[in-house]
Amino acid sequence: MNVADSAPAMNNLIGSDADSQRTLYPYVTGTSVVGIKYKDGILLAADMGDYLACHDSGSYGSTLRYKTVERMKSVGKHSIIGASGEISDFQEIMRYLDELILYDNMWDDGNSFGPKEVHNYLTRVMYNRRNKFNPLWNSLVLGGVKNGQKYLGTVNMIGVHYEDNHVATGFGNHLSRPILRDEWHENLTFEEGVKLLEKCMRVLLYRDRSAVNKLQIAKITEEGVTISQPYSLKTFWNFAAFQNPTVGAEGSW
Amino acid sequence: MDVSSGDLNAPHSMGTTIIGVTYDGGVVLGADSRTSTGMYVANRASDKITQLTDNVYICRSGSAADSQIVSDYVRYYLHQHTIQLGQPSTVKVAANLVRLISYNNKNMLQTGLIVGGWDKYEGGKIYGIPLGGTILELPFTIGGSGSSYLYGFFDQAWKEGMTQEEAEQLVVKAVSLAIARDGASGGVVRTVTINKDGASRKFYPGDTLPLWHEELAPQDSLLDILSSASPEPMIC
Repeated sequence: MNVADSAPAMNNLIGSDADSQRTLYPYVTGTSVVGIKYKDGILLAADMGDYLACHDSGSYGSTLRYKTVERMKSVGKHSIIGASGEISDFQEIMRYLDELILYDNMWDDGNSFGPKEVHNYLTRVMYNRRNKFNPLWNSLVLGGVKNGQKYLGTVNMIGVHYEDNHVATGFGNHLSRPILRDEWHENLTFEEGVKLLEKCMRVLLYRDRSAVNKLQIAKITEEGVTISQPYSLKTFWNFAAFQNPTVGAEGSW
Repeated sequence: MDVSSGDLNAPHSMGTTIIGVTYDGGVVLGADSRTSTGMYVANRASDKITQLTDNVYICRSGSAADSQIVSDYVRYYLHQHTIQLGQPSTVKVAANLVRLISYNNKNMLQTGLIVGGWDKYEGGKIYGIPLGGTILELPFTIGGSGSSYLYGFFDQAWKEGMTQEEAEQLVVKAVSLAIARDGASGGVVRTVTINKDGASRKFYPGDTLPLWHEELAPQDSLLDILSSASPEPMIC
């Protein structure tokens, strides 16, 4: 599966059916999602930027294409999903989930899928696509509250899945989780939770090239889901060390 | 730099600049008119804004063949949908049909599309459907290789609630700027304006467009310059 090979068009002249049925690489992608459990439920944070990958002849790089994409959505009454990766695949996943919840509602039996069930369903979908070498190119965070029980899990394009008190996708794994390991504790208040997530998102803004300064925070409690309006974080550049970093060593950085 | 003859057999690609913009009462779609086969301009007056229904049009970019076939399929489905529905299709349905085909064939297709139109429920709407089959409803969107040069321009020039004239002027100016910088875009600027009164096409030939940096006003011949100018028009 060599991406540097001839363009997809040529594959159909030469290759087999199997070749034309795999996702080669993502085109429109979103970056990290971070999630934490807090006293009353779950908090999720994600920015609103989507990048268009430029893979045409010789060019290299990416363009910040869309700045108003919502990468977090509610699922049924008890869950919320946040996605990073290819947005078209996330939109397809939302179609699957809406259908799942619809069929669940049609039983009309008083029961409804909680976050654990939704997470399990997603895991099966992602893993089975991976086995067919045609993954949904996403990393997902799934959180929710049902009957007082808080749940927070993650699953990615190869089917790796787990639950924890704090999860993140993409760069968030490397930059946010260490912060959360140090500073997360049981029974965070809403304010403490938001401040902690903002600390994580600010670091991502500094250090993740595909991050964008326009984010939303989503909250889910027993009462329901709220997704904040988009807002931007202040950044800090006024450090002495930043003023003249190459004095005495011109050309360095 | 030599141009190999193999270029003439390269797939037809519309380098392209395409734009879709909403205004107060409808939408304006705009595009350039260059279709290239490698380095050769196969068609200098193409029409990249294609009709799907009376009230919905689509701007095509990327592979000429792929975008044409997607449009043809969607037009076919929409025709049947209109008959069954008993009234004009909504823009949303048209856009979602385009998305279905783009998404389900993402490995084989290489086309970025903009769907725009007017219906009585939602008014003027623009949907961007880039490579991969993501669907995004937006107040305006740009696409094609020429769009790279327009992100900054739109960041500055776009505003909510424009009039039809303002929107058309914005689109023409933008396509014209992109043509100036993108080798894969060129020719004429075509626009289609769609509102409650229907769709109307406009055509702006290259010589009616404004001149940008380092572009000169076209002349019939050097001889005209020589005859009208002062003694030393030839630079030694």
